[in-house]
Amino acid sequence: MRHIISILMENEAGALSRVAGLFSARGYNIESLSVAPTEDESLSRLTLVTRGSEEIIEQITKQLNKLVDVVKLLDLTEGPHIEREMMLIKVKAGTASQREEIKRLADIFRGNIIDVTDTTFTIELTGDVQKLDAFIETIKQTDIIETVRSGVTGISRGAKALTL
Amino acid sequence: MELTGAEIISRFLKDEGVEHLFGYPGGAVLHIYDALYQQDAVKHVLVRHEQAATHAADAYARSTGKPGVVLVTSGPGATNAVTGIATAYMDSIPLVVITGQVNSTLIGNDAFQEVDSVGITRPCVKHNFLVKDVNDLALTLKKAFYIATTGRPGPVVVDIPKDVTAERTRYVYPKKVTMRSYNPVVKGHSGQIKKAVNMMLSAKRPIIYSGGGVVQGDAAKSLTDLAHQFGFPVTNTSMGLGGFPASDNQFLGMLGMHGTYEANMSISHCDLLIAIGARFDDRVTGKIEKFAPGARIIHIDIDPASISKNVKVDVPIVGDVNAVLKVMLGQLKEAGRSPDGEALAKWWQQIEQWRAKECLKYDKSSPLVKPQNVIETLHKVTKGNAFVTSDVGQHQMWAAQYYGFDKPRRWINSGGLGTMGFGLPAAMGVQFAHPKAQVACITGEGSIQMNIQELSTCLQYNLPLKILCLNNGYLGMVRQWQEFFYEERYSHSYMESLPDFVKLAEAYGHVGMQIEKPEDVEGAIKEAFKLKDRLVFMNFLTDPKENVYPMVPAGAGLDEMILI
Repeated sequence: MRHIISILMENEAGALSRVAGLFSARGYNIESLSVAPTEDESLSRLTLVTRGSEEIIEQITKQLNKLVDVVKLLDLTEGPHIEREMMLIKVKAGTASQREEIKRLADIFRGNIIDVTDTTFTIELTGDVQKLDAFIETIKQTDIIETVRSGVTGISRGAKALTL
Repeated sequence: MELTGAEIISRFLKDEGVEHLFGYPGGAVLHIYDALYQQDAVKHVLVRHEQAATHAADAYARSTGKPGVVLVTSGPGATNAVTGIATAYMDSIPLVVITGQVNSTLIGNDAFQEVDSVGITRPCVKHNFLVKDVNDLALTLKKAFYIATTGRPGPVVVDIPKDVTAERTRYVYPKKVTMRSYNPVVKGHSGQIKKAVNMMLSAKRPIIYSGGGVVQGDAAKSLTDLAHQFGFPVTNTSMGLGGFPASDNQFLGMLGMHGTYEANMSISHCDLLIAIGARFDDRVTGKIEKFAPGARIIHIDIDPASISKNVKVDVPIVGDVNAVLKVMLGQLKEAGRSPDGEALAKWWQQIEQWRAKECLKYDKSSPLVKPQNVIETLHKVTKGNAFVTSDVGQHQMWAAQYYGFDKPRRWINSGGLGTMGFGLPAAMGVQFAHPKAQVACITGEGSIQMNIQELSTCLQYNLPLKILCLNNGYLGMVRQWQEFFYEERYSHSYMESLPDFVKLAEAYGHVGMQIEKPEDVEGAIKEAFKLKDRLVFMNFLTDPKENVYPMVPAGAGLDEMILI
């Protein structure tokens, strides 16, 4: 099962490597990971996506909770939640028909074209993982020059929140 | 008044009540050593290798319950300490290791004796810190002691750049520290405890399996009371020996790979397993699917992550073991019920039949010195009162099986990591903590050579250790596996050109003895202990073919033991 684990931790040097180190040392896999400080500068919010049986996920959350830098964590997938990922994708757009087609696709996916040259478009796209995957599949493979994805972030629906 | 970082460290250790500091100087810690030179509250012990400093501090902690403290320099000082840190981590021992670091301006520049100590030790510490500002120093040290000693204890490394030890700031001893991200659970959930007590009251074939958590958590008395009130059999892990008196009739001995027949069979046939301060290590469980297959399991542990990690449990109780056991005793009183006496009598009858196999018997008429006999004789001569440290291998298992520990904190061994070279420095740490006590180090000719340089430290501090080297000429446990599982291909388990240990001991300024005949064993040990102020190295030439029995082969169930 795929789980999105959201972690509040001390915004200190080395905190991220403790989390990453735990996963490699214990053989858990990380599908994606994103991290940045919160509105409270002393705290970082880290979102990671992992897969495993219920037992493994239980161990992962327990081991994460044991890390001294981890203040609090929440498995977002245990309740209703919203997940988002951002992608920047640079594609070939040399011919008029190519430019037309990509513009149309970007509109359908509610993406924004944020950089244009004679030969390329760069599109910014936000959504859940499936949406970004779907967009990549729609574009001809040979037309993709470069993609970069932020990794998943997420938040609980409703009043539920991961705060101190 | 403003103090330098180095002075703050020295003052802090005194204020924290640290009496002994095990260490080795070097460039990055020279300021700290200079501050130590100008005080006499904290006694520094100069070892001969940083690994030994960590083992000595570790055993100091194991034998007292107080944290062990280590000071080493940057680079190789820190890397040499890593084995000892990992050893303490695996056995949950409170240790604070201060490592020097190059000047903060040089960090990351591949400076002389620079290593990323925080990075290298991260996977084998409970937590670690790099102190970048002298103003954070005292509080960071306080946090280190707090984290090391609370919850599930463990080693904490504090890495301090040299320039931080030279900078000045005001020093106030931080009496207390609170951390929003670290709040270990102490009290167990009373509803869960009640559930457990009810299960125990109706159990027909129960067994208590207790580990290092009982010893380190000072819960031996509570455990003994509980076992007596319920009348349940008790088995210990290697780390848990002494947590319940070995001479008590309810004691079944150690369980696991080299556990007794009665302990392993009881585990295999019990209907209720009460795991207390133990973590279902693979050396304990054998094949996990065959471990206590018919049992419901209660697990009491301070570390939630230990629960249902290897074996799924029915009633988890997270909390300080001693606190939980006390609540259990209280609830038992309130319940006003007694355990199922009839079923227990039947269960004990079965256990006695297993016990009658006498799985620890060995050939007492052999013309060769039997290692088991050396341990039994040590017990006899010391009346079971010695602190016993061990290295790793066959001798470690024999010590665990044959010494019979009645008290906690007397059996000091590297259970989790299995670190050869642990025994001698560990014995030093114990002797510093208990200057008047009898301290024996049981070792082998392989292990002792991994830290034999510490004989020099022992002379410097007049440590009257008694070293019993069970010298069978082989790396015995390796040899045993090769005999059983590799068709007697003894690949590199035989050491040629062993030193003359008697002369070696004498060269280090100690007394050496060689014992070759069974009839000389008792006399030699007695004589050694009569030399109250001398270290005695006893080199026992033992039966080279002796094996540790019983043995559960790797991957087999506990009821599939090889018996002698």
